Amino acid sequence: MPEPFRNLTSRCVFVDRDHVDTDQIIPARFLTTTSRDGLGAHAFADWRGRPDCPLDAPGARDARILVGGANFGCGSSREHAVWALLDFGFRAVIAASFGDIFRRNAIENGLLPIQVAPGVVASLRSEPDVEVTVDLEANEVRVPGQDAIGFTVDSFGRHCLLQGVDTLGFLLEREDVIRAFEQARGDGGMA
Amino acid sequence: MTMAPRTLFEKVWDRHVVVPECAEHPAVLYVDLHLVHEVTSPQAFAGLAARGLRVRRPDRTLATLDHSTPTEAPDASGQWPGIDPAAGAQIEALRANCRLHGIDLCDVGTGRRGIVHVVGPEQGRTWPGGLIVCGDSHTSTHGAFGALAFGIGTTEVGHVLATQCLLQRRPRTLLVRVEGALGPGVTAKDLALAVCAALGAGGGAGSVLEYQGEAVRGLSMEGRMTLCNMAIEAGARAGMVAPDEVTFDWLRGRPGVPSGAAFDEAVADWSELFTDADARFDSEVVVDAAAIAPTVTWGTASDMTMAVDGSVPEPTSETEVAALAYMGLQPGQYLAARPIDVVFVGSCTNGRIEDLRAAASVLDGRQVAAGVRMLVVPGSDQVRAQAEAEGLARIFAAAGAEWREPGCSMCIAMNEDRVPDGGFAVSTSNRNFRGRQGPGSRTFLASPETAAASAVEGRVADPRPYLQEVTRA
Repeated sequence: MPEPFRNLTSRCVFVDRDHVDTDQIIPARFLTTTSRDGLGAHAFADWRGRPDCPLDAPGARDARILVGGANFGCGSSREHAVWALLDFGFRAVIAASFGDIFRRNAIENGLLPIQVAPGVVASLRSEPDVEVTVDLEANEVRVPGQDAIGFTVDSFGRHCLLQGVDTLGFLLEREDVIRAFEQARGDGGMA
Repeated sequence: MTMAPRTLFEKVWDRHVVVPECAEHPAVLYVDLHLVHEVTSPQAFAGLAARGLRVRRPDRTLATLDHSTPTEAPDASGQWPGIDPAAGAQIEALRANCRLHGIDLCDVGTGRRGIVHVVGPEQGRTWPGGLIVCGDSHTSTHGAFGALAFGIGTTEVGHVLATQCLLQRRPRTLLVRVEGALGPGVTAKDLALAVCAALGAGGGAGSVLEYQGEAVRGLSMEGRMTLCNMAIEAGARAGMVAPDEVTFDWLRGRPGVPSGAAFDEAVADWSELFTDADARFDSEVVVDAAAIAPTVTWGTASDMTMAVDGSVPEPTSETEVAALAYMGLQPGQYLAARPIDVVFVGSCTNGRIEDLRAAASVLDGRQVAAGVRMLVVPGSDQVRAQAEAEGLARIFAAAGAEWREPGCSMCIAMNEDRVPDGGFAVSTSNRNFRGRQGPGSRTFLASPETAAASAVEGRVADPRPYLQEVTRA
């Protein structure tokens, strides 16, 4: 069950190229694990150690907001991508758009995906050293000296993030309805 | 009361709503078939164990080993000597979890092992109108049968294992209308890449695609699977083709499919699964089939495509400039000028029997060029056996290609099948991402025909001259 998310203030790390796929976030050769822990060591593994790697920049380890371009987290469904970002220290990703599966995985794990206009990504990029506030209760991104930037998250996702809701529990509570659905289809199953 | 006209997607969605969606929560959907593999399931099974939960419907769950398995032959005990210990532990974890929960595992020695999206249809577990999920983004493949099929994360794998249900907001609908007919030597793969180019790599986000048009109707089931497989590469949740006689003929007689009168009843039901004449889509894109050439990608996203005999286009964004730099290509360059290192034929996109036949038809009586390593990896045990029975394996071996055991192999490079750092691969897989086929790998996505022609020439090659010979013979 994820920790509740309300708000945070942090510097940002920028990987604001478009189509940053989940193979970039964690290459497949690190998926041979039965655990979800410790994957931050492999976050952007093939980018690390290069002169321009944003995750190696001073202060990146303390940043809690990642900023991406369009179609961030596209490609493979691997939830390891979200686990790796959380383990590295990120709690929110601001991007021009997201891959659908990544967005769902993020919300399930308490990593807040914030979709903004491409111009907002560019604007954040223009002042890379500033501390940004992400406020889920107010549905706002705030940058000092600028108007607040509103965002929306699916109402159920927002509720789950704010409360740290256990979504499996939500489904388990509906066992009677699920059973009735199966019976109405004439499908009692093996049990 | 007459029902409002509905799209294919809406008909299939409606069949699976356990609890309707509302402002407060998404719909609760019932899953007909849950496909499981070794890489995205162990943490989900561990989650069930931690809460003392059982797999609710093992009979609606089918497992296989594919992603990290070597493509060397396993030994008589079903082990791969020399396997990476972490990959081996993952395989053993799935074996143990399937034993514990009574899940059918298509393991080594069953003759049914293979890539999860090849096995499901092959075993007749993929049905029209079904809701199919898997912890794998290429689950969209099964939409070829008129199923609603999509990839999910490991948390959701746990949801389905425990409850057979999933929380989902209803996606938008997007009609991909393919007009006209595909030209000679132009395949479902080329059409799939053309759809990615038309929509953009993220253009399908939030939507379920339905492919319509004569060119789609004219595809075999294998071709439709190739097309739907790459719906995710346009960012779509899923892709669908309405079932027809081609679908029913393909399914008839498969193990998981009813027989006799029950089959006829099923076909009568499946025949209702089409988009009604007046149904509305949220959006639409038109693709001109006749304008599609054999296609390859030149960059690191699915929409960076070009005709195989064309030149590398001018970049139109910083992302494309960076992609060209990664690929080591210049605008205006012809790819035929550049030697390649590896050719890979296989994957859930193009690892089925028709794909292997297509590659073999080009390679028959020819040799893989010096300096090129060619791997042919069948999608399943059954594909492998059939290819051997048809003499295709012999053609590959005679040409100097490696004929391997089934698995995801060089599409995902989780085992030792990797493109060398900086190497160029012509690949029938689905992703040209940076490093996807091994650190530093550079990928040209292509059809099996184009891949085989490229293997012969040692550079990216147009398959059409080879195919014309076949036609004349």
